[in-house]
Parts: sequence; C-alpha cells; structure tokens
Amino acid sequence: MILKGKAWKFGDSISTDLICPGRYFHLRSNLPELAKHVLEDADQDFASKMAKGDFVVAGNNFGLGSSREHAPTIIKLAGISAVLAKSFARIFYRNAINVGLPLLECDTDKIEQGDEITIDLATGTIRDKTKGIELKARPLPKAMLNILNDGGLLAHIEKHGDFRLD
Amino acid sequence: MGKTLAEKILSGKSGQDAYAGDIVIAQVDVAAFQDGTGPLGVRQLQKMRLERARASKSILFIDHAAPSPRKELSNDHMLLREFSKKTGAILSEVGDGIIHQRLVESYAKPGDVVIGADSHTCTSGALGAFATGMGSTDVAVGMAMGRTWFKVPETFRVQVKGDFPPGVYSKDLILYLIGMLGADGATYKALEFGGPAIEKMSMEARFVLSNMAVEAGAKTGLIASDKRTKQYLKARARVRDWKPIVPDEDAKYERVIEIDARKLVPQVAFPHTVDNTRAVTDAKGIKVSQVFLGTCTNGRIEDLKIAALILKGKQRAHNTRLVVVPASREVFLSAMKSGLLEVFVRAGGIIMGPGCGPCVGVHQGVLGDGEACLSTANRNFRGRMGNPEGFVYLASPATAAYSAIKGEISDPRRLFTTRKRKTVRKAIKRGKKK
Ligand code: SF4
Repeated sequence: MILKGKAWKFGDSISTDLICPGRYFHLRSNLPELAKHVLEDADQDFASKMAKGDFVVAGNNFGLGSSREHAPTIIKLAGISAVLAKSFARIFYRNAINVGLPLLECDTDKIEQGDEITIDLATGTIRDKTKGIELKARPLPKAMLNILNDGGLLAHIEKHGDFRLD
Repeated sequence: MGKTLAEKILSGKSGQDAYAGDIVIAQVDVAAFQDGTGPLGVRQLQKMRLERARASKSILFIDHAAPSPRKELSNDHMLLREFSKKTGAILSEVGDGIIHQRLVESYAKPGDVVIGADSHTCTSGALGAFATGMGSTDVAVGMAMGRTWFKVPETFRVQVKGDFPPGVYSKDLILYLIGMLGADGATYKALEFGGPAIEKMSMEARFVLSNMAVEAGAKTGLIASDKRTKQYLKARARVRDWKPIVPDEDAKYERVIEIDARKLVPQVAFPHTVDNTRAVTDAKGIKVSQVFLGTCTNGRIEDLKIAALILKGKQRAHNTRLVVVPASREVFLSAMKSGLLEVFVRAGGIIMGPGCGPCVGVHQGVLGDGEACLSTANRNFRGRMGNPEGFVYLASPATAAYSAIKGEISDPRRLFTTRKRKTVRKAIKRGKKK
C-alpha cells in the first residue's frame, strides 16, 4: 500500500499524556470527540490543522508513558496514516500494531515540517519528495507483521481462533 | 544454560525452554483493567462476541476516577460492573485502592504472569511475577483466552550493595537509575534488581523499584522471591501463594549495573520527564504550591509512616497544600489505626479516599497555571496533573514531607544531622523494623 501526505514534525519523548491528555479521561468512551484533542499538549491546534492521510514524524521514544491504547487509536481515528519516529516506547508500539496504525522506525532527522512524503508500507520505503531523499524503515518483527497484516489483534484472533505468530 | 528471572518465569508459564529473544505464548494468571482502560477493553470483547474471563484471575479496578467526578465516567464504571456480573471477573470498587497496590496485596504471586492495562503493572514484579503493562486490546484478548504472547526480554541486572544513608530511600535509587539509563534506556528489557541492599530491603521499598521500571522503558522490573516476599504474603494470610524464585548463577545478562547505595543522595526529577533527575541539593529553594503524598509508587504504609514522623507536630507552609492519598483500603485502615492520618490533618493536610487521586489529572488536586507540585508519584510529564501549564517534580515521601513544611524543595537529610532530630531517625528505624 502506498501512503501519501504531509509531515507534521514533533520532537523527542512525545508521551501518551501529550497525545491523549489525562484531563480528557471522561471522553475515552467517546473516541471521535477524544480524537479532536489528539496531540493537543504537544501542538495545541494540531487536530484542526492536519489533513487526512498526513504523517506524524517524531524523534526518540515516541509514545512513552501510560498504556492507554486511546493514544494510537485517536491518532488513527484523526486520519493520520502512519507515525514515523527514530524509536517507539514498547507499550505504544504493541498497541499501535494491535489497532492497525502503521509505525515506521527510521532516521527522521532530515524530514522537516510540511514535507511531502510517500510511503510504501510493503517495503518500508519512505520518500521525502520535498527533499528528494529516500529512507528505509527497520522491518517489523515477524509476529507483529502477522498481526498488522491481519488488520490488528482482534482480526488476527477472529481469523485464526488463536495466536498464529510464526 | 542458566536463566534470568524473566526466562525462568516465562519458561514455567509457556511450557517451553525460553530464552531472551524467543517468542512464547504464556498462560495468564492475572489479567487486570482499570477504569481508564477497561471500558475500551470490554467493548473490544463485545465486538468479538468474546465476553468471558478465562485468565485465572480477571480483575477490574475502579481507581483512577474514584469516586467518579462526572457522568461520562460514572457510565464507564457501570459498564465495568456489568461486565463483572456477566463474566465473573472480580470487581475492585471505589475505595478499595489502586490497581497495583491491590494486585500485590491480594492477587499476584511469585511465578505468575500478570498483565494489566496500565503501564505500572510491572509493580508486581517485586513479588517475582512476570508483570507487565499492555494496552486494552492485548489485555482483553489475554483475559478472554487466558493466554498471551511475549517476546522474552533481555535482562539488565541492577546489583545494589551498601546501606542507604539516612534520608535516602529506594525512590532515590530508582530515580537515580532512571536518570542514568534515560527514559528509553531499557526499552524492551527486563530490569532485575538484586544484591545485598535489595535483599535487606522491605517489600514496600522493593515495590517502588519495580513500579518505576517502566520509566526507563523496561517491560518489567523483577526481584527474586525470598523470605521477605514470604513474610509479606504471610502477613496477608497468603503464605500458600509463596514459592521461592531466584535467577540462576550463570544466567546471561545483557548488562550488569552496579550501584553502591552508600553513595546515593536524595533525588528530584524535574519537569517534564522522569529521567530529568538531579540531586536534591540542586532543587533547593524551588517553591511548591502543592505536595502530593500517595500513588502506586509511594502511597504505602511505610511511606506514610516516614512522612508522618517528619510532619508530626509541624505545620505545612502557609502557601503549600498537602494532599495525602493512601494507596488502598488496607493502607488507609492501618494509617488510621496508628494515628498517622491525624498527624497529616493536624499538619494542615487533606486526606482523600484510596485511589489514584491527583496523579493523572482526572480530578482532585489539579494544578493551576504556573503552579509546581512536589509529588511522590512516578511521572511528571507535561499536563500530567491536569494542566499543561503546571510543573511536577518527583521525589521520595521524606523529601515531600519535609518540603511541605518548608514550602520549597528541601533536603530531608538535614533532619538527620542535627541532634534534635535524632529521635526522628530512631523512630523511623523502629518503624522500618515493624
Ligand atoms: S497512582 Fe498514578 S501511576 Fe499509579 S496507577 Fe494510578 S494513575 Fe497510574
């Protein structure tokens, strides 16, 4: 699958508190409403500026902190088609795969705010058309690739009736 | 080949000879939700028409917004209660306490696999359980199937020797370690704490280490199950839940970190990341509008005792609020019986019911713009206490209590240097032995 969109650049250590603030706890059962606040504490009006299909591009340890799956869920729901970062926190990584939000681990230093990006998910190739550069994402571990390809963990279990990881 | 604690437990629960890097499917002994992650988990199971609880213990904790401050959350709580009725999953009600404290008091045991939809589920690792935080869907599937999958983690062994100086606690050790490793220094790894200083440490102090393992990115924070573990379980009429688990002598560690406790000084994590730690001496004089004593990190009876000894007969500073939240009903009762609550109230503090309290910014004790809070919690991310314009500093209960009196971040070791304070030191020592 080929994804196309604009880059929205964030720094290191974007916590799940920045992505999905605790003060909106009461909106967790109202995901479309919650999604209007996605990344609000990192960039106040991000949700209204971004367009469907765009990418979140960040530095190290994206998604650190709480286990709230609402974080990757509302990134996806807001219309972000993938998150690119130098590294991801463990629980966020697993959650994102489970909810079917593609993550690409790569050196994001050269990508700037507003760059036009295309991503080939099958090969993990990232093209920054603005800069004219090509990057390669680290491949997903096989177990996770299987889950992502099935469309997330629920779909994976529904399809196989059990874990089929290898 | 020798095994680490993580490899031992996961081998036991997967029926396969598991080593770091292997993918295993393990039996789940405890699967837990809290009220912030449970509703999504329950809906996932409803979507799959898989509403059942097959983990040996499936538990729903109402602790983050307890009691509920608004109708949306009250409705979420109702959903959890219905699920419990329907499936037989255990319900931990408003007032019972924080998920991780309740798990170690009553549910998790050595050798268990514990999964919880809360990142600090690693707390139970101090009992010698492979305990880790996951998202709602992972825990939902684990709860319904009674199994989940893991990549067996590599282990960093944290070897600690020497006696802690007066005024320095396990909180200072873990903050120091996180500062050294960085917030992602142990991502995907297990931390395994051991050595003479850990062997001597109370279970309460050990829980602090395991609780904060995730703040270095770790999957879990393990400690061998020994005679102190046994005593802890025995005191809760659970001696039958005890079994010894120790890592093999020839276990293979990715890294060994040696720490001499004698060299530690009280630590403070500055806003807005946990690894932004400095010696308390570098924080001296920072004014705090609120001191928060509680959470799954430091809301246990030993913590409240230390704080009460410092606050006894004293008053909080005029411009500093003091919020005390016992971690569980057991802690609350014990603090009540031993008169600690009276000390806090007389010192000008407010006591709130067991639960997460102000920790995650849902309700109670939300910071105003520009206000600073010194908290005994485990996290200080921007916005954490309900306001992105607030500042959260993290420290031990002793540093917190002393700072509440002074109105600014203060070095609790001062209490142990003047002669007048010798009584406090003795009393704290006595308290520890109990
Ligand atoms: S006390 Fe704080 S860190 Fe602990 S479970 Fe509650 S919200 Fe999470």
